[in-house]
Amino acid sequence: MSSSRTFWLLALALLVVCFGTAAHLEPQFQAWQGSRSSGDIFNVVLGDSRRMFANSFYVKADEYYHSGYYPTMFDDNAAFQTTHMAADTGAVNSKNTGDEHGFLGPTRNWIDAFGRHFFPNRHTHLDEGGPDDDLGGSDNVREILPWLKLSADLDPDNVQTYTVTAFWLRQRMHNVAEADAVLHEGLRNCPGSCDILFELGRLYYESYHDTDRARNVWEAAAKQWEKKYPELNQDQQKDSRLIMEQITTHLAKLEEDHDNLPKAIEWLEKAKEVSGTPEVLQQDIDRVKYKLMQEVNPLLKPLY
Amino acid sequence: MNNIFAVAGVVIKELYRRKDFYVLFIVTILICVMMASVNIYNDAHIVRYLKEICLLLIWICSLVVAVTTTARQIPAERENRTLLPLLAKPLTRVQLIVGKFLGCWLACGLTLVCFYIFFGALSASREHQWPLMNYFQAAMLHWFMLGIVVAMALLGSLVFAAPSSNSTICFVIIGGILFAARHLDQVALTLREPLRTVVYSLYFAIPHLELFDLRDLVIHNWPLIEWKYFGLALLYALFYMGVFLVAACQVFRRKAVN
Repeated sequence: MSSSRTFWLLALALLVVCFGTAAHLEPQFQAWQGSRSSGDIFNVVLGDSRRMFANSFYVKADEYYHSGYYPTMFDDNAAFQTTHMAADTGAVNSKNTGDEHGFLGPTRNWIDAFGRHFFPNRHTHLDEGGPDDDLGGSDNVREILPWLKLSADLDPDNVQTYTVTAFWLRQRMHNVAEADAVLHEGLRNCPGSCDILFELGRLYYESYHDTDRARNVWEAAAKQWEKKYPELNQDQQKDSRLIMEQITTHLAKLEEDHDNLPKAIEWLEKAKEVSGTPEVLQQDIDRVKYKLMQEVNPLLKPLY
Repeated sequence: MNNIFAVAGVVIKELYRRKDFYVLFIVTILICVMMASVNIYNDAHIVRYLKEICLLLIWICSLVVAVTTTARQIPAERENRTLLPLLAKPLTRVQLIVGKFLGCWLACGLTLVCFYIFFGALSASREHQWPLMNYFQAAMLHWFMLGIVVAMALLGSLVFAAPSSNSTICFVIIGGILFAARHLDQVALTLREPLRTVVYSLYFAIPHLELFDLRDLVIHNWPLIEWKYFGLALLYALFYMGVFLVAACQVFRRKAVN
């Protein structure tokens, strides 16, 4: 009886000591600079390798976009250097070359020829209907979203994940509220990103039809781009020109739609400076200039 | 034939008496239900990631069941000293091997039925469709692939000293085949002789288990594969099962059982 009582008292004493020690150490542990318990489970478990996993999941989303038809590390992936789900948003500079339909090449032997019947063997995009080629099923593009969400959770600094997610949420899922939330989360993690600001402007202009907010956001994006452009290296500068062209042409379109033609010409001139096809933009400038002249003197005829 | 079915029956009974399958099945269900409860941009129709996770777990669990169940069959009989009395009865060594193989293969089939019914229910709950023939093709090819694995593990249990080493080696070989076998010929072309010939020969000699992996087709709702290719794949599997079983019988015939 006595030994049992002693045992329970000892157990209770140990419990009190444990609780007291934990209560004493917890504030010190929270204040410790070397602590990795930031509340982000991925950060604790994976450390910096989470970026690598994030990239894998981003590529996985593109694999889903192709319904599983995707090159492995052994195949020719020249046509998949830039993910197609990102290239199809129109805001990413595509570096793809080669044949996206036939990266498998001709059959190499009978096992290879036989094996091609047992995995996806045709190039399709989910937004174009996927394997069924049924355009009515283009909302199946939703299937890429889990992997994009996971990628964004693992690497919150990757701007493209937010813009691609928001684009597909808005365009195909018609889920504007979620797209808005994704872009704002992106802005919290990557403040001043001109890509995210551009996509946010598109959302305001095309989905909310809120011209003023769209103009403000796009102008902020243009300013951010001008601020960051000189800090980039040559390759990065070349890549970033597309987003500036998109921002300025969208701003020009917005101003033209609201009959602010001198401002539209100004934005088109800026777009021409960064564009890979300045002659096309010059035609636009001439057209808007003619429109402006027509407002001043309706009898004026074009020179071409 | 009765002797073979009697031995197979014992193996199947052993499967449902052991807890391995139940644990794996419940873990699969728990993980899938947990993943299904994740809210992804308030869209309840997203299903393919769930199908992928579920099928991956089914493949891992079925391989674990197949390899571990098969690898311990003959060593357990020897350890419990029941092998000699078994062979003393009118049961030949070939019948014992074939019986063990059939038992393990049928046991794998039973586990696959449970797993694929769960998979079908899970995907139907979100997709509201049940492509039964696609699931049938996937499950059938999966089962025949497990037949090759079972025959290989049975041969391994006669060659290697312990079930643990046999299981490990089997998992390494199966993982290697599933990951790289499809591209082994491309890898061979980058090597120098004589390694090139060795790797190229290996490409044609090994059983291409990846042929039986229809997961991508099922996940992304691709149409059925043509039945003639389906039938040819089954014949291909039967051929390799035969090869491994004949080899196992040859090894067991020469092996001292005491």
